[in-house]
Amino acid sequence: MEEKLRDFFETNYKEALIREDNFRDQQSFYIKREYLFDICRALLNNSEFEFKFLSEITSIDWLGRPEESNGRFEVIYVLFSLKHKYRFLIKVPLPGDNPVVDSLTPLWHTADWLEREVWDLMGIEFTGHPNLVKILTPDDLEGHPLRKDFPLTYEIPQFSHNKEEPPEVIL
Amino acid sequence: MSGDAQRKTMNINMGPQHPATHGVLRVELELDGETVVKATPHIGYLHTGIEKTAESKLYYKAIPVTDRMDYLAPMSNNLGYCLAVEKLIGIEVPEKVKFARVLLTELTRIMSHLVWIGTHAIDIGAMSMLLYAFREREYIIDLYEACAGQRMMTTYFRIGGLAYDLPKDFDQKVNRILKRIPEGMRDYVRLLNDNKIFRKRTIGVGYISAEDAINYGFTGPCLRGSGVNYDVRKATPYSGYEKFDFEVPLGKNGDVYDRYLVRLEEMRQSLRIAKQALDGMPEGPYRAHVPGVVLPPKEDVLSKMESLIFHFKIITEGFKPPVGGVYQAIEAPKGELGFYISSDGTNKPHRMRVRPPSFVNLSALPKLIEGGLVADVIACIGSIDIVLGEVDR
Amino acid sequence: MGIEEKIPDSIILTTLDKMVNWGRKRSMWPFGFGLACCAIEMMSTFGPKYDLARFGMEVMRPSPRQADLMIVAGRVSRKMAPIIKRLYEQMPNPKWVISMGACASCGGVFNNYAIVQGVDRIIPVDVYVPGCPPRPEQLINGILKLYEKVEKDSLRKKAEGK
Repeated sequence: MEEKLRDFFETNYKEALIREDNFRDQQSFYIKREYLFDICRALLNNSEFEFKFLSEITSIDWLGRPEESNGRFEVIYVLFSLKHKYRFLIKVPLPGDNPVVDSLTPLWHTADWLEREVWDLMGIEFTGHPNLVKILTPDDLEGHPLRKDFPLTYEIPQFSHNKEEPPEVIL
Repeated sequence: MSGDAQRKTMNINMGPQHPATHGVLRVELELDGETVVKATPHIGYLHTGIEKTAESKLYYKAIPVTDRMDYLAPMSNNLGYCLAVEKLIGIEVPEKVKFARVLLTELTRIMSHLVWIGTHAIDIGAMSMLLYAFREREYIIDLYEACAGQRMMTTYFRIGGLAYDLPKDFDQKVNRILKRIPEGMRDYVRLLNDNKIFRKRTIGVGYISAEDAINYGFTGPCLRGSGVNYDVRKATPYSGYEKFDFEVPLGKNGDVYDRYLVRLEEMRQSLRIAKQALDGMPEGPYRAHVPGVVLPPKEDVLSKMESLIFHFKIITEGFKPPVGGVYQAIEAPKGELGFYISSDGTNKPHRMRVRPPSFVNLSALPKLIEGGLVADVIACIGSIDIVLGEVDR
Repeated sequence: MGIEEKIPDSIILTTLDKMVNWGRKRSMWPFGFGLACCAIEMMSTFGPKYDLARFGMEVMRPSPRQADLMIVAGRVSRKMAPIIKRLYEQMPNPKWVISMGACASCGGVFNNYAIVQGVDRIIPVDVYVPGCPPRPEQLINGILKLYEKVEKDSLRKKAEGK
């Protein structure tokens, strides 16, 4: 199954593929963001593979690490095929000043709430999403909590020597 | 009557504080009489920032934080996290650890389904089921307390093995559970299976087809109730599950009654796996021997010098795994629980992402209840089996 | 609400105090505000092994207008805080609050942007029960301590304190 996927990507989408990775026996492909929708639609409708199950959409912020040179953000999609019982990952690097990518809601309904959560917590926009609003954080919280420049807002516990006001230390 | 009287819909709020929403879930319903025209769930009232908290702690210090997500099945969350980190580092655990993990995870599945059946039945109207279910649950909690010292948030699985060795009366307690739970289940079947009121409230309600279930991302008993055979323990086995012999129950019509039958049968299969694990439990160490990564057992720390030094280094500095990301999925009682852990070479996880099964299952709630009556909303929410701690994290 | 408003001035009550306090403490109806993991231990306390009905808490009322004791069980997030304040204001006097668990008392394991560090920043609390989650016996101990506090109440002081 690994070989078949590799051939599929190299024959049909050679210009979209940045590189392939195989860390700890998990196959993952880094692709450019313009080709994401076409590749996913092809994988969904392909009768040989039948990747009908989208497990997860998640995001990583590489601020301050050497991987930031490829792009500050990375969106990861996990696809699973029920016919072959095979799972693999698609990773899309995005630049820090314009994190926009296509939404997969027309293909899978699972993507609806998962993309809303990525928008709320990390700030990545999905074009074509029907209802991109906050889902988990309160309405008066500004900013995107899971980014690396958003502080944890750790409060120092109160003892008898500092029980007058609660000081807030941003960790 | 005036000629231009129009039918208007009424907006009702099933607020965050409600006895039947299993936590703090808010559903906004638009009703036309008694029929639901549109439903919008609002979540986030229990958002805790667990993923951000785990990024500021060392790898093994983040295990207690993962306990508190799906608080009805705490050992499953621990198992998922420990398996993901062990895959990231690339270590193998001894056989005894695999068997013990399987045994305790299956008993956790029974515990979670017992709470589900108690609360689902009390929402539909059978009030005595809650007391029966909690009576059986006390036996399993007794076993947890003997193993780990805590009733619920045990943190018993650690990276590379278990926290402490299995207690001396482990066999006795497990045999008592294996004897007592089938007797309790006979009570539940007699009370609910052929009960006219229960059947009328659940058969034909909340229907979803197999194609739609796959497209909406359902996993777990909700998906198997519609007839799709996907169980992570059989599809991509982990922690030695390929050695055990069990069946995966499937439903025919995708309604609330079939999901109930699937979960009851799953409890029986879990008892079967637990019996096989207890009979075939091998002897051996309860932690892997990987110096520098896995904490050495306490008896060695108090007697040998290298163990003491490694213990000190791991507790204060932690270990540094290689750069990369792994995704590990397990079959939690609610569905497919996935952990994506990405490391950047330092001693704290760079990103810990949890794929919550209840979150994805809950996003399909409008599809299940639109077109039905108000009373069916309660039955549907109960049959999806959500835990708000996992939905909001 | 209650007897405090009907007492005329310059009268001291002793036996009436004792009777009213005994009646109030032995028939409190809890408003179980179960949010997270502590709610499951609270449900176990109402279950068959640690029975709470023998203390007079026969029913757990879901509506705040019909309850006197609010047990805040679980972590309080910032989105939920205004709702807790509203529910507390809807309860009629006399009312008491038990804060169950570490997260409700002081923020617990979670010290970050999303959790209110202790429910006593929003509503006044009478008894704190520590633990993560507290055992059912610990919760019953907390309720017995609340009984001791109710016994010392005096109607005259409450009428003046208003």
